[in-house]
Amino acid sequence: MWNFIIRNVAQRLILLVIVSFLAHSFIHLAPGEPSEVDPMNPRMKPEDIAKIRAAFHLDDPLYMQYVYWVRDLATGELKSFKDSQPVLPKIWDRFLNSLPLFILATILIWTWAFPTGIYGAVHRGGAYDRLTVFSSYALISVPGFFLSFLAILWVVGWFGVPVISIKTFGMEHAEPIYQAMDRVWHLVIPSIMAAIGGIAILSRYVRSQMLEVLGQDYVRTARAKGLKEDTVIYGHALGNALLPFVTMFGLLLPGLIGGSVIFEQIFAWPGLGRLAFEAILARDFPIIMTLNFIVAVLTLLGTLLSDILYAVVDPRIRLH
Amino acid sequence: MDQAKPNVPRNAGAVNLDAEGLAPPETPWEEFLRIFKKDYQALLGFLVLVLLLITALAGKALTEWWVVFDPQVVRLTDKFLPPLSVPSPDSIPADRPFAGVYLMGTDELGRDVFARMFQGSFVSLSIGFVAVGISLGIGILLGGLSGFYGHVKLWFITVDTLIMRFTDAMMCFPTFFLILTAVALLPPSIYTIMIIIGLFSWMGTARFVRAEFLSIREQDYVTAAKALGIPEGRIIFRHMVPNALAPVFVSATIGVATAILTESGLSFLGFGVPPPYATWGNILSDGKGFVFDAPGYFHSSPGDFYRRSGL
Repeated sequence: MWNFIIRNVAQRLILLVIVSFLAHSFIHLAPGEPSEVDPMNPRMKPEDIAKIRAAFHLDDPLYMQYVYWVRDLATGELKSFKDSQPVLPKIWDRFLNSLPLFILATILIWTWAFPTGIYGAVHRGGAYDRLTVFSSYALISVPGFFLSFLAILWVVGWFGVPVISIKTFGMEHAEPIYQAMDRVWHLVIPSIMAAIGGIAILSRYVRSQMLEVLGQDYVRTARAKGLKEDTVIYGHALGNALLPFVTMFGLLLPGLIGGSVIFEQIFAWPGLGRLAFEAILARDFPIIMTLNFIVAVLTLLGTLLSDILYAVVDPRIRLH
Repeated sequence: MDQAKPNVPRNAGAVNLDAEGLAPPETPWEEFLRIFKKDYQALLGFLVLVLLLITALAGKALTEWWVVFDPQVVRLTDKFLPPLSVPSPDSIPADRPFAGVYLMGTDELGRDVFARMFQGSFVSLSIGFVAVGISLGIGILLGGLSGFYGHVKLWFITVDTLIMRFTDAMMCFPTFFLILTAVALLPPSIYTIMIIIGLFSWMGTARFVRAEFLSIREQDYVTAAKALGIPEGRIIFRHMVPNALAPVFVSATIGVATAILTESGLSFLGFGVPPPYATWGNILSDGKGFVFDAPGYFHSSPGDFYRRSGL
């Protein structure tokens, strides 16, 4: 078992170096540089540009830039090109903003998708099943920002509550209860909007997985033994159907940045996705690189965790 | 029988099999048709797909080659008209739409939304199909290589390790963020978007094809083909690929919809297909700026179309 874990960790460390190197060369080889963000500014003289390039090490060869980036990241002195703020505290602040949105959306996805999918599979072909399959197709096919705009229109129009941004400006002196209510309204709508797509996709996976397991021989055996239908479904089938979703925990984390760009943009939510988007617009390489790196670390940690869980649950994998 | 006539043509064996009733009762194509006809859902989906393709081709033909619906005419007198409205009397007669009705209304420049949707259907679908084609090509190639030649040693690592670690590395990036970075940094064009979306979405296909190949390689019919001395290339492309591809194509159909949606997400952030091309994505995201002034326009635009292409 330890052997298995050590081998996996070592593999992932090598992978991490490759990933960061790929990301680094990819970002630096693409056209566009931080010194060219403002080319029309008459006050930018060639000397200034040379000074900027020297300060950001842009004239050094690529592998030296990579070494500089690793050194600065390790010592915590990495600074943003845009405003010379240290990168790590900046990312941490935005991460704390994104976290409630991410957690609430994840909880919504996992608590809705599983019952929906399982019920649909157990009562296959019924009215509920057909309804959920149809509506999940419909929800997958409509872009998230379209639904979000409709939701903003409805919620603002019917309930008269503001939903844009993380809280209403100028509420600092209101009663704590009103502030809390305000925060909740601002949090709930974006979370639901971010969760809808995930619910639609995940519930279809759960449904097909459950259907596959229900067709297995051991389920038929359990039925043939005369067990109660509930025992068959929840005792024998469910556990096996849910096993593959252990791996999905690991792949949830990249969504923290990738999936949230659009929703944070719509709802003006100052989170990680928007930070990434702003960094791309400003060619802020240290932030793009570091965000990519953090996501890669999180993903690898997640897959490592799910691999270990899998190995614990299923001994066949350990022996490979 | 064969011994009696040693110089019979090569396919005589098949004829004999037919005569003795040993040939399969139906060809694979007939079997496919029989199963397909029973499955109403598949039939419906197929009809919708054909309808969409016809719409896309007609959109290309009627807006560019033989201009019936002109998506680029700007009519400032007819801004933000609701669907099924007629042009105002002071508009220029030559610019009036086909049959004198705006089927889906007009946008902020008075362009006919129906004509733009028509043109956009071709652009959107071609983005979807080209991107999926690229990702399928890369995915099948890499997955097939690591599934079939996985055990071959290159220097110190196996082909399988090399390809699958590279796939893992690509999966570590958040896809949409990566596509966004690439599209934002490269010069904007419709081809860049197609290629970038294709280049960054092959990982799932590669893993899938590899798994299929690993299990198919052990099947009896592949062993039989090997024993018959059939060359490796023919085994791979005639025997293994068709069997591995059926499940891959199922995920590819969803891939087309995903690519179209990715493009619309990029359009929303301002990095989509640049004008003058219309796509379902940028028509929709153009609408977002006016959602509070002219909600009717936003509602009536492409949302419904996405639903259909998702099938």
